[in-house]
Amino acid sequence: MLSLTALPLAIVALIFQTAPPSIVKPGAPGQPSTTLSAPPPSPAPKHTAADTKFMQGMIHHHAQAIEMVELLKTRTTRKDMQLLGKKIEVSQNDEIKMMKNWLKDRGEDVPMDHGGGQMMLMGAGGGMMAPMPGMLTEKQMAALAAAKGPAFDKLFLEGMIQHHIGALTMVEELFGTPGAGQESIIFDFASHVDADQRMDISRMRAMLQTKDKK
Amino acid sequence: MKRIAFATLVALSFSAGLVAQGGQTAQATPPPPPDPRVGLKAGFRDAGTAARNMVLVSSLPKPEGFDDPDGSKGLTFANSDIAFGHDTLYLGNFYGINFYDVEDPSKVRLKTSIPCQGGQGDVSVYGKLLFMSVEATSGRIDCGPAPVVAPAPPAPNAAGAAAPAGRGGRGAQQAPDPNRFRGVRIFDISDPLKPKQIAAVQTCRGSHTHSLVTSAKDKDNIYIYGSGTSGVRPGEELAGCVADENDPNTSLFSIDVIKVPLASPEKAAVVNRPRIFADEATGALGGLWQGGNHGAGTQTSRMTNQCHDITVYPALGLAAGACSGNGILLDISDPAHPVRLDDVADPNFAYWHSASFNNDGTKVLFTDEWGGGTSPRCRATDLPTWGADAIFTLTNKRLKFAGYYKLPAAQTETENCVAHNGSLVPVPGRDIKAQAWYQGGVSVFDFTDGARPVEIAFFDRGPLSDTKLIVGGYWSTYWYNGYIYASEIARGLDVLKLTPSDLLTQNEIDAANLVKFTELNVQSQPKIVWPAKFVVAKAYLDQLARSKAIPADRIDAAMKQISDVDAMPAGAARTAAAARLAPLAAAFTKDAATAKGQDAARLKALAAVILAAK
Repeated sequence: MLSLTALPLAIVALIFQTAPPSIVKPGAPGQPSTTLSAPPPSPAPKHTAADTKFMQGMIHHHAQAIEMVELLKTRTTRKDMQLLGKKIEVSQNDEIKMMKNWLKDRGEDVPMDHGGGQMMLMGAGGGMMAPMPGMLTEKQMAALAAAKGPAFDKLFLEGMIQHHIGALTMVEELFGTPGAGQESIIFDFASHVDADQRMDISRMRAMLQTKDKK
Repeated sequence: MKRIAFATLVALSFSAGLVAQGGQTAQATPPPPPDPRVGLKAGFRDAGTAARNMVLVSSLPKPEGFDDPDGSKGLTFANSDIAFGHDTLYLGNFYGINFYDVEDPSKVRLKTSIPCQGGQGDVSVYGKLLFMSVEATSGRIDCGPAPVVAPAPPAPNAAGAAAPAGRGGRGAQQAPDPNRFRGVRIFDISDPLKPKQIAAVQTCRGSHTHSLVTSAKDKDNIYIYGSGTSGVRPGEELAGCVADENDPNTSLFSIDVIKVPLASPEKAAVVNRPRIFADEATGALGGLWQGGNHGAGTQTSRMTNQCHDITVYPALGLAAGACSGNGILLDISDPAHPVRLDDVADPNFAYWHSASFNNDGTKVLFTDEWGGGTSPRCRATDLPTWGADAIFTLTNKRLKFAGYYKLPAAQTETENCVAHNGSLVPVPGRDIKAQAWYQGGVSVFDFTDGARPVEIAFFDRGPLSDTKLIVGGYWSTYWYNGYIYASEIARGLDVLKLTPSDLLTQNEIDAANLVKFTELNVQSQPKIVWPAKFVVAKAYLDQLARSKAIPADRIDAAMKQISDVDAMPAGAARTAAAARLAPLAAAFTKDAATAKGQDAARLKALAAVILAAK
């Protein structure tokens, strides 16, 4: 039996008592659910070697796009081209930053700029990185640097479309590797690269049809 | 030298943006005081906050098993979208769904947790049915964890073998797995403490988002439009899936229409994959956003091929799709067979992300998720026309650009920020949206004049970290029965409330609060109808005073007359007094004939509500 002093406390406890949440693990469709006492442990998929290779390669890949945009700044008079360049520069610079952080956080080797469009990896199996899919050859880069005006515009747009398609190929390779691309950040990022660069490609194709838009 | 060229470019773009917003020019007014959202202290639980014209009512951290305080798990446990049913808020998460009891918004309580991975966990509710989007390859039919896959052997740093050309989707070569689930799950929530999965409708690209479609002509079924933005599964895993974009049966360039028979929802199935991007003239599946002869190095088409999100407005028989490279308008009067009516592109948009109609169906607001939501896109250096909202007028089923809106306070390098999900705040006579900007917080703004949107209220926290970008902030901010519920990716669930100001009066807030939903899925937009109450009339009067459509003395007199009647107790005297307001209504009807734009509509609605209110 409750004493007189305990009674108010019991009422207070009753008012503030909240039922603990029900934690339910569903079954397959039509199958019963199971009530759990605690949520199951973290299922976070771990990153794989292919994920690391993708991020390292994409840093290398993005770095060339930034170089191409540097050329654009002084070689075109088209305003739509300048805006496109700015968008690519902002997007890819941020993405490089994000990818470097991703690699650092996971103790993976971050590619270092070796000048002249070269990138280097320090760790085991390191060395100069081979060109990534879609990257312009030295000859293509030289031709771009030598061009001006409408000739530059055409080379730039064709070159950047080629470059972007290479990024799509890299995404395909990533998702085509068993176990790769499942960690949430890389899934989101690679999906975004795919969507974003497809958009840019469409836009650049339309720009190739437009002669001059100041 | 390059820097100077760059600065000029930015300046040019800014002025171009102003012209686009109605030719306004800068005026020689003193600089406004610094925005309190700038310079907030960083922190997970102790970040600085700034608010104007709204207050934080309550906050609940993410439940055990769904939290990731240091952000090291990326998006694995990210909170995502929200649906509402009666007193329950369903909060999607990349790792499942949480049900919250919001009967008392100041004491929100966790009711049920369903761990079920697969992301994004976009949710909708319809009676006893709860729907959930799953897109990731880690999703499993029984919500179980993905099997551990042996890591691929370390590859050399070389580019590797070239992937087959022309494969349109990612994940096309992922090894088939019969237990994988990507698509839309359906739960029976008749027992909210023990939901049960009753169907799992597999789709070729999974479901990034989905929208629930109802039809007055087909009350036995509801429909789900599923938008997949991820890779196409191999045909060996799910029959009929085709990744090749050049194949006439490709799984790209379409949405999934799922029919859910209400008498037996477990029989839900994909009934159509309409080619809503197809070119009418040529029949090409990807008719939008093409550039003709694409030139060297562009052999494969690689074009935009998906919708990110579709908002349906069943009462109008219309839907607005935000479909990567375009905004599109669909006729959904036959929900199983949506038909494209119009499409628009925008030179400043990177990625068409979501859409909202205004309540009248005379405007559509599209958002641009430039940077995918994980990038900082609200820095002082980011253009106000990029990563913003674009507002279009909708007349005779045609969309026409009116203006842009972007969060007007600069955010830092470590805050992911871009236009994201929001809902209408149902203030009669105005188009107001409460919109999430990730770590930019929530911005409540008026877009009644699509060319000149104006911010009304905001709430913002400092970054999760000031040294590195940890993805967080508001995914969705939705108004529901008087409160704005905000899904914070990293921190949990916030409840906010608008407070009166010059920009939004107490009468306007009270009129909005008359709207009571019993269910709300924001991407399935309900037509809002306000009850005939005097406070609605007062809200219109406040608006007519703000726009100076009617002289102040007349507004004051009308306000007094209406308030006097409204103060009377129910009964014959009140009814008689209300009837004596008829001449007042007649005067406003007369004003409406000469008033312009929105004020004409307000005056008409004001007259109507004065006559109808008792």
